[in-house]
Amino acid sequence: MAQIELDKIQRIFQLGDSEVHALQDVSLRIEAGEYVSVMGPSGSGKSTLLNLLGLLDRPNDGTYRLEGRDVTTLGPDDQARVRRERIGFVFQSFHLVPRLTAEENIALPLLLAGIAPAERKTRVAQALSDFGLGTRGDHRPDQLSGGQRQRVAIARATIMQPAMLLADEPTGNLDRATGEDVTALLETLNGRGVTLIVVTHDPHMGERAHRRIRMEDGRIQSDTQR
Amino acid sequence: MMRSRDILAFATRAATATPLRTALMMLAMAIGVAAVVLLTALGDGARRYVVREFSALGSSLIIVLPGRTETGGLGAGSFVTNTPRDLTVDDAAALQRSGLITRVAPLVVGNSEIAYGGRLREVVVVGSSTAFAEIRNFTTAQGRFLPEEDWRRGSAVAVIGATLDKELFGTEPALGKMIRVGDRRYRVIGVLAASGSGLGMNADELVIVPVAAAQALFNASSLFRIFAEARNRDAVPAAKDQILDILKARHDGEEDVTLITQDAVLGTFDRILGALTLAVAGIAAISLAVAGILVMNVMLVAVTQRTSEIGLLKALGATGRAIRLMFLTEAALLSIAGALAGLLLGHLGAWGLRLAFPVLPAYPPDWAILAGLGTAIVTGVLFGVMPARHAATLDPVDALAKR
Ligand SMILES: Nc1ncnc2c1ncn2[C@@H]1O[C@H](COP(=O)(O)OP(=O)(O)O)[C@@H](O)[C@H]1O
Ligand SMILES: [Mg+2]
Repeated sequence: MAQIELDKIQRIFQLGDSEVHALQDVSLRIEAGEYVSVMGPSGSGKSTLLNLLGLLDRPNDGTYRLEGRDVTTLGPDDQARVRRERIGFVFQSFHLVPRLTAEENIALPLLLAGIAPAERKTRVAQALSDFGLGTRGDHRPDQLSGGQRQRVAIARATIMQPAMLLADEPTGNLDRATGEDVTALLETLNGRGVTLIVVTHDPHMGERAHRRIRMEDGRIQSDTQR
Repeated sequence: MMRSRDILAFATRAATATPLRTALMMLAMAIGVAAVVLLTALGDGARRYVVREFSALGSSLIIVLPGRTETGGLGAGSFVTNTPRDLTVDDAAALQRSGLITRVAPLVVGNSEIAYGGRLREVVVVGSSTAFAEIRNFTTAQGRFLPEEDWRRGSAVAVIGATLDKELFGTEPALGKMIRVGDRRYRVIGVLAASGSGLGMNADELVIVPVAAAQALFNASSLFRIFAEARNRDAVPAAKDQILDILKARHDGEEDVTLITQDAVLGTFDRILGALTLAVAGIAAISLAVAGILVMNVMLVAVTQRTSEIGLLKALGATGRAIRLMFLTEAALLSIAGALAGLLLGHLGAWGLRLAFPVLPAYPPDWAILAGLGTAIVTGVLFGVMPARHAATLDPVDALAKR
């Protein structure tokens, strides 16, 4: 049993009268601990695929088994629990809550999971030092650089120790050097056993993954293992 | 499951993160609640004022008026009468025979002028008897009230109100002095204690003389009214029947008098002013409804602005229930704070009213406070949560995409 098993996934968007087939017949198996990059032209369905994997969106057809369990038929509350406990998501535009400090942003998943304040404190402090944000805990997002923001977002995505980390163009809003740092950070996390799936435009970054999936027109065009 | 303290802290942070929006919403709430509190304080203050003034008359009082009316209360056509027989001093004396009646005071009222030592002024003259003091709860500051004597032979004595005493005599002692009222002279035997009230006639500006003296002064043989006091409040209905029987027998079997009891008068005023207070509360409630709609709009904007935040929270594993609870708490916090601020504002206003008009007991009634607070909080929470309910059901990806 693979960690992720997609079987004939369809995702169709209704745009006025026309239908957009964002994903067509996508079947895919990903083992726990893999490092996968998803590349392809804009509009080829990369984000749609990642959103489905992260349970942020639902397919029109097909099944998605996560760790052996069919998650497409789960109710909203069970899906929320899976997102909370098994999945970490990193967005291109960071998606930090602007009024909250770095610490508070990182603590959000712990808060939603109802974890006690004392444990939250130690875990967030650990994460801050792990991600090189030691002195930035009480800064709000607008007081942080782009790289720091993305590190806060990654810290938040991993604070619940999820089984997989999904990143949609995590370096898209960063300069090259900062992007390298963030990529290295994600790879370190993968090295500790977390499944890492990265959508990227950057061929250089895509090359670094052990497994590279290429998408076109909502289909998987190639899937190469190194 | 999220901890309630975390929900509260999160909602507080969210509310204080947008001070302008929060202030606007609280202001709308506060004005609505303050309007309810203040306006009902005004209405109820007027009602209490009237009730208190009437209560000064005593609750077992029966007032006998010449002439018959249909209702006996203060309804429409209350004082339309058909050429009645006059009430006389003998009528009043006859009422004393009733075992249910403890005190009777005949009453003659007229305008005249009063003079002492070159000082002259207009005055209301009341002709009555000893019992008048007890019936009206008058106390004398100096001297004594009218003496017990035959009502048909009034001695030339007078009791004056506190204001008259000050205006005519100043610091000079009034007792024993001779005053002139109209074309007659009276010796002052008493000065009333200052009361400052007395519905219709201000006791401080009255001169009270024996009933026969007043009849002679005004050259009249009839009475304006008879005040009769029943043994106690419960005896009032039976006493009314007896009064009617006695006067009917004396007036050739015709029932040509009207009896007014305090309960009837009070009841009428109470109803009128109570209705007024309700109407005023209704007007104030409209401002609360407007506040509620404002809250809804403000929260709608807040939820729309924060839809992507809702999406993020869902992506991080928040359940729809947790999201609804967060917004519910935020709306409740804002509504409660606004309502309490309004309560404070309303009480301040009522306090100001009482300072400006000391005779008006302008306290907001409890029901108005409860209704005001309740309406504010319920509309605030309801209108605040409705937009969040929708956002909580969105798929995270749809919510996240909204900017
Ligand atoms: N919410 C949506 N409504 C309508 N069409 C959408 C929506 N999301 C994505 N699409 C369409 O689906 C296709 C795939 O989009 P996406 O997965 O975002 O592509 P990529 O991330 O590879 O650039 C595109 O044609 C896009 O226009
Ligand atoms: Mg994309």
